[in-house]
Amino acid sequence: MGLWSTVAERVGYGLLLLVAVLILNFALISIAPGDIADTIAGDMGGADASVIEEIRTRYGLDQPFYVQLWRYLSRVVQFDLGYSYFYNTPVTTLILEKLPATLLLVFSAQILAVITGTLLGVLAAKKPNGAVSLTVTFLSLFGFAAPVFWTGILLIILFVSIFPLFPVAGMMDVTVEGGFFVKTLDVLHHLVLPMITLASIFLALYSRLARASMLEVLGADYVRTARAKGVPERGVLYKHALRNALGPVVTVAGLQFSAVISGAVVVEAVFSWPGLGTLALQSILARDTPTIMGILFFSSVVVIIFNILTDITLRFIDPRIKSG
Amino acid sequence: MAETAATEDRTGQEPLELKITHPLSEMATMFFANHAAVAGLVLLIFIILFTFLGPYIHTTDPFEMVWAPFSPPGEEGFLFGTDYLGRDILAAMMVGGQVSMAIGLAAAVISVVIGVTVGAFAGYYGGVIEEALMRFTEFFQVLPTLLFSMVIVALFGATLLTVTMAIGVVSWTAVARVTRSEFLRIRELEYVAAARSGSARDGYLIFRVILPNALPPIIVQANLMVGSAILFEAALSFLGLSDPNTMSWGQVIGSNRPYILDAGFAVAIPGFAIFFTVLAISLIGDGLNDALNPKLRQR
Repeated sequence: MGLWSTVAERVGYGLLLLVAVLILNFALISIAPGDIADTIAGDMGGADASVIEEIRTRYGLDQPFYVQLWRYLSRVVQFDLGYSYFYNTPVTTLILEKLPATLLLVFSAQILAVITGTLLGVLAAKKPNGAVSLTVTFLSLFGFAAPVFWTGILLIILFVSIFPLFPVAGMMDVTVEGGFFVKTLDVLHHLVLPMITLASIFLALYSRLARASMLEVLGADYVRTARAKGVPERGVLYKHALRNALGPVVTVAGLQFSAVISGAVVVEAVFSWPGLGTLALQSILARDTPTIMGILFFSSVVVIIFNILTDITLRFIDPRIKSG
Repeated sequence: MAETAATEDRTGQEPLELKITHPLSEMATMFFANHAAVAGLVLLIFIILFTFLGPYIHTTDPFEMVWAPFSPPGEEGFLFGTDYLGRDILAAMMVGGQVSMAIGLAAAVISVVIGVTVGAFAGYYGGVIEEALMRFTEFFQVLPTLLFSMVIVALFGATLLTVTMAIGVVSWTAVARVTRSEFLRIRELEYVAAARSGSARDGYLIFRVILPNALPPIIVQANLMVGSAILFEAALSFLGLSDPNTMSWGQVIGSNRPYILDAGFAVAIPGFAIFFTVLAISLIGDGLNDALNPKLRQR
């Protein structure tokens, strides 16, 4: 199968998954106690039964389940995820405003974790009983056991109160004046701590994986052949072995995207990073159901897109993969 | 194992003395040979004693204001200091640990039950059923687990029950995958064919014949699930999505978070409690892996 037909198949399957997410969203709202009418009535400071009935009729809540579901689905197809009563803004606008910040955090943390993890794994595989190998073992224990918000808070204590190198919260400093370049630098400066915190969970996993697959690859015949024909050790490691050891890391990294987004929610809360996680938390506290459900939907869209991109990347790393 | 002795014998080297040990005692030997795992076990027992017996010795009420806020650890007779309301952090660590560990354990049980059921049926029946169940599993993997459980807690209210359910319901996919692959492997083995030819029913084959033999990797995974459920609960309470009437380690961190720059210890100490508990559990997991998969050890 060619590249494009695989992509088309993945996209089709992704769309099916999204419909499933929407149905789940809708089912959850329907099962949950209380509905929009109750929320609106509550915000008005209470309303009598006839007013609540009227609100229900206006929002179609008196219709049968399948009619409501169909209306919901057809609205979403038109990118209408509902209206946030708390922010007085359409949910889609609200989410698209916050999405770039989350994507920046998630993507930079993933790249940092994959690159550092792979390098550590390669160095550890070179000397299975050396210091780097020990570090990888230690990191993998720490990465699993340390709560991510705690790591973040410890970094804040270390790099904000003890050595004031980085800002404590937010994404940019409003007092910073200057052109695009200066502002970008400012955002990057704010990004460092959240990025490291988020990467710390996954760095451990990737480095252990890279070490394991490097050890396996280094024992393979073609590596022996490469060494026998006189390829320098550096070439063996980084050209012959690494290319083959990278596959498992990228595969797992792709599967981790939904976990990275989960982690980002907590990291955003620690560093007041103005992304989807912070928005989710605020809307949960404000009982703003349409926004919460919209965020759940959008994050699934992001995960599915990243999964498809991972598939395509894997085909470039390992041309032997023909179809999924 | 007697089997090993016999194989060695067949190689024609010097005949080995047949030493038959009970499988359980052999597992125990292998577990205790892993020093890190033993350290983890000792650490976990210490933490359990600390949280469950501690309150009988140190009887301070964790909800009561006992001193000025943010008294540093070790001073004024408070081993871990006091929090932002002047409450004793040592007492909070004990009582909070009970909640953290209980939720972790209960949520792990829920996710293991769901995961084993889905994985077992998928692996045993194969075909359309497997396809459908694995698609179902993939669907759950697409939803970011923490966001999903936040939504559940937000919609159904933050009580101990909903938090536990929310964690269990979103984190079973790894168990399902492990169970399915074990079932796929074991269902082809001869003793299963033998039981099947004895006209055993599906339920009997799944739960009495295959499942007991598929247990080792499931146990290792289940053990890790307890650790990740504790972390999960901590994250939810840190975000303020926990039962307001209970105290857990994560909740102590969450409520003291605004004051980290003045009183970092009030956040660092409960973090260490979570860290060491999960660390102990994962060290035990490595040991269990060694003990239950002797084949892996020989690599």
